Parts: sequence; structure tokens; C-alpha cells
Amino acid sequence: MATDAAATLPDQVMAPQPWRIYSVHRDVASNEVFSWELRPAPGVEPGTLPAPGQFNMLYLFGVGEVPISVSAITDDGGIVHTIRAVGSVTRAMQDLEAGAVVGLRGPFGTAWPLEQARGRDLVLVAGGIGLAPLRPVIHAALERRADFGRVVVCYGARAPGDMIFRDELDAWAARDDLDLRVTVDRGTAAWRGDVGVVTQLIDRGGFDRRNTLAMVCGPEVMMRFAASSLERRGVKPEDIFVSMERNMRCAVGFCGHCQIGAHFVCRDGPVFPYPVMEPAFRIREL
Amino acid sequence: MHVIAPQAVDTLIRLLAGDGYEVVGPTRRDGAIVYDRVQGLDDLPVGWGDEHAPGHYRLRERDDAALFGYVVGPHSWKKYLFPPQETLFRLTRQPDGSFVTEPGEPAPPRRAFIGMRACELAAIAVQDRVFLGQAVQDRGYAARRQDVFMVAAHCAEPGGTCFCASMDTGPRAREGFDLALTEVVDATQHFLVAEAGSEAGRAVLDRLEPRPATDAEHAAAERVWAEAPEKMGRQMPADAREVLNRAFEHPRWEETAERCLSCSNCTLVCPTCFCSQVEEVPDLEGQRTERVRRWDSCFNQEHSHLVGGAHRDSVAARYRQWITHKLATWHDQFDTSGCVGCGRCITWCPVGIDITEEVTAVRRDAEGQR
Repeated sequence: MATDAAATLPDQVMAPQPWRIYSVHRDVASNEVFSWELRPAPGVEPGTLPAPGQFNMLYLFGVGEVPISVSAITDDGGIVHTIRAVGSVTRAMQDLEAGAVVGLRGPFGTAWPLEQARGRDLVLVAGGIGLAPLRPVIHAALERRADFGRVVVCYGARAPGDMIFRDELDAWAARDDLDLRVTVDRGTAAWRGDVGVVTQLIDRGGFDRRNTLAMVCGPEVMMRFAASSLERRGVKPEDIFVSMERNMRCAVGFCGHCQIGAHFVCRDGPVFPYPVMEPAFRIREL
Repeated sequence: MHVIAPQAVDTLIRLLAGDGYEVVGPTRRDGAIVYDRVQGLDDLPVGWGDEHAPGHYRLRERDDAALFGYVVGPHSWKKYLFPPQETLFRLTRQPDGSFVTEPGEPAPPRRAFIGMRACELAAIAVQDRVFLGQAVQDRGYAARRQDVFMVAAHCAEPGGTCFCASMDTGPRAREGFDLALTEVVDATQHFLVAEAGSEAGRAVLDRLEPRPATDAEHAAAERVWAEAPEKMGRQMPADAREVLNRAFEHPRWEETAERCLSCSNCTLVCPTCFCSQVEEVPDLEGQRTERVRRWDSCFNQEHSHLVGGAHRDSVAARYRQWITHKLATWHDQFDTSGCVGCGRCITWCPVGIDITEEVTAVRRDAEGQR
């Protein structure tokens, strides 16, 4: 039996569009983490700008495709992605220089609920590369600083040398309208800051427990403990948001890989209210 | 209700072919009933039936000349609408380092499916929700699905692993077909009662020159519909969704994992399983490459690949993912069960794991705890 004539199917959703690497930043000594600013190749429509928390599928011709969160959006429409070279595709991407063309489709997924934080304290908790998806939130919050109460950023890295966005971290640390707290798992002789888990930065408080919205991004175990710490400090579970990582291939709910219970992380996430993801933190291998 | 002779199915196949359809139907190959192109009645498994039990499938010769005297084979129509392998895009590198993207596959042929079971029509309705019912539609699926002419054959003799009656998807097809046939065959008579389900179906039926069914013929067809549900080998508990939603940490999954080979047979034969992966297939010169989509399975370890290892590393977690998705979380995602009760996953499981038995076992334990 015939179905209704197919709705318009924007090829842009499934086919990678050519985007040019406008600039490359490598701000970690190991070179394991790098950032690209991307702009559409000539003749390519830029499409919808991503919102903080959303991701794009980045594609390397002849190699493959990976989901990468947006780590900044420039004033003139450039999209910045921060990538950790850990798999076959991202390792191949690591060698590219400015001028190279990659594929991009997106944006996909849910955004951080920045509007919900208006008039409230904003607590951002990041672990490792998890700072990248939260960075556009920091940018947006600083741009409209008067819309928010206290802005607290808790960032945990493995070691001082693994910290990403070093220049920006220094700039944020120097501001008196942003409370940046940084800790590392292992210090070095030169490290003068905190050593330990990121939850101890939350336990320091300094935000209004009844009027705080928290966004958490990092390894799952870190997000679980961060959410517990926030709850212990009186933040309501529904005011805590987490960004989940799963194997995302199609980004539109077709390929089945990224399911957590009933949720497709690509479509219903990656940003979820904590209570929705609580079972995923509790039930092994869900 | 109209009646056609068995020979009219030959006319039907040739007539649809003449109308430009690629006609696909059941045929006997490699000791199984499979779906492939058919040219006429001779290609159908006339006089053949099949036995189904957990991990067991055998063809057997019938003592009549039934055209649709089997249950279902390992194939489903999924292989035509959501093919096991599909080139999504072909990309060519440009001198400036950019690339151009072209469609991967030519326009699909217009197909006619002959002999669809009620559970298979239900399965297509389920996949329609996945590929056509979300914010983004799957272009290839939509193109292949669009103009299919569907000829149903109501199930007269459900098999030992069937449980469509308990899933409310059969054995009599209710909707979705253009034409539906009820085969009546016994020692004294052999005919098919035909009903049209669409205008297109009515037009085709008219060309078969059917005659109105007599009261006796109509009664014979009604007997087939009434008796078929009684012949189901299995039954799914009606509260499977609720049972599984409470059983994510049930010890049963560890026990099942001791038998499960994680071979993915169940997902390959399942007419609704939709997981896929896309592989990059470049040429040797690096100037052209293809994005090729292939069926994947939640039983493959790679399926849940993440930096640092597979998220669902244990077979227990993978089995739990499959069964809870199929019968519970599918409802949340697509407002329907992902199971249509065709029994293929039971028949084709090499160790005979039975989805109905798994739910029943978990359910029994849940009752015991109360």
C-alpha cells in the first residue's frame, strides 16, 4: 500500500557538507586535544547555528564520521569544535591544518537550558574534555552577565598539562564576576592549585541552594558524584543537567546505537535533566 | 468477498509484472522459504509447509497443493524496504580539497510483495514509525516504501513459535494491504477468497475476473480465520512491557547470557530491528569514497563502542537491551511494541532462546516477590 508522498528530506541532515578549517588551535602540550574553527566552504549554506550543548557530525573524507560538541560560536558564524584524538577518525583529524576541508552535518540534539538559568545562580561542573561543551555556556553567560546571579565554574583535569583552554582559564580566573575553581587529579612541582576530585569544588558552596541551575559534563562517574554533591548542597535534582556520551552514528534516531533505556542520546539528548538519566548512572551497562 | 482459483495467483503475478512491478514472493531455496523475485505460480512453494520450534526449522511436504501452506521463513520484507546493505552517498574529492556528494543508490524499482503475513504487515507499520515517523525521514526507506503493492495471505496455520494473536497483530491481516487472500484447501476443494484493501487492489482484483463467494465458501474462509488463532504455538504475556520495565536488574539476564551466543541471528531475522552502522568505503586512490549503511545488531560488542571500551560489554547487558527495547522501551519511543509475534527470533536462535519464555520467567519471579 502506498504511503503519503515523502516529506521534503533535507539532504543536509544526512549528507556531510563541505566546511573549511579556518584555524587550528592546539592548546594542550600532548597535542591530544585540538580545536578547529570551521566555516562553510564556498557555495555551502551555513544552515542553523548550533546552540550551546548541541553537536555536529564531523566527517573526514575517506575515513569516517564522529559526533563532536560545539565548543564556541564566533560572532561572525564560525563554529568551533574541540576534539580529543582517541579513535581512528579523530587521530586522522589531528593532522589537518587550516585550509583543509572536512564534512559537517548538524546541529543535532538538545541544548543546555540557559534560559532556565536566567535570574538564578549558574553552576557549571566540567571534567576533562567536558569543559568544551560547557564553554559556549560560559561565553553566553559572560555576554549577558546581568541575566544571571553568581556564575561558578568548577573544572577538574587529570593534570595541569591536560587542562584545555589555558588562555581563557587565565582570563576567567582574573574576572571578579566569575568564580572559577580548578582542580587536578595529580599535581606537578609547579602546580599551586587544588589537587583532588571536582566534587570538592562543589562542596565549597558559594551559590544559592534554592535558586541554582547546574550543568554537568564529564566522565559518567564524575557526573554521578557531581550530581550527588549538588543534591547534598540542596540543589533540586530537576535543576541539574547532564550531557551524556554514547556511540552516536546517525544523529537522528535511526541507527539505534546511542540508546539509554527509552532515550536516543542523539535525539533526546545529549543534554538531559539529571532525574531522567539517574537510572543510567545506577544500572550497570544500561 | 470474491473467489479466485489458485491458478489466478499466476495471473496476478504476471499481471503485476506487466504493470511494471518487480514481483517478489515466497520461493523454496536452500531448504527454506525465502523471498525473492517470482515470475509465476511455479516459483511459489506449492505443496510445502514448515515446522517451527525453538532453534528448529524444517520444510515438510504437505499432502495438498497449498500455495501459502507455510508460516514464515528467515527472510522478511525488511530486506527490500531497509536492505542489509545500502550505499547512502558517493563522494568525490575536488581539486580544491573539497568534495561533492551524490546519492548512493539509483531510484528503487516499484515492487509488489506477494504472500505477506499479518505479522509482516504489522512489522512494516512499526518500521514506518522509525523511518518515516520521526522529525527526519529516511530518504531511501521512503522511496522504497512509497509505491509497494501489497498482497497479503492470511495465516491459516500458524506455527510452533508464533504468538501474533497475543501481540494483536494477526493471524488475520486487518489493514495495510492492497489485496488479501484467504486460502481454503482440503480434500475436496482449493480456492482463495480475495478482499481488496485499497482502490489499487480493487482494480487489480477486477482484472482477475473473480466470482462472488458463495455462502459456503464464505463460511469456509471464516472457519480459517476463526481456527488460526487457536494454532499458535506460543503466547506473550499481555503485561510484558510492565514486567520488563521493572526487570532491568533481574538476575535472569545473567542466566540467559550463559546460553546466548550473542550471534545476532535474532536481530537479523527480526522484521522490525532497525540498528545500522555506516562504513566508509574509499577507493585506493583516495579520490572517491562511499558511505555504506549495513545492518548492525545490539548483540555486537562494537554496537555500544565508546572511548574506553564497549558500554554494554557483557552478553547479559546486550540481551537485556534487546528484549527490553523490543517489548518495553519501544513503546516509549514509537508508541507501539517493537515485537509483532512472528516467532522468527525463537525459531532461528541456535540455542532456542524463547522471548516469550524469558518474559514469562521474569514475570513469575516478580509475582513470587509480591
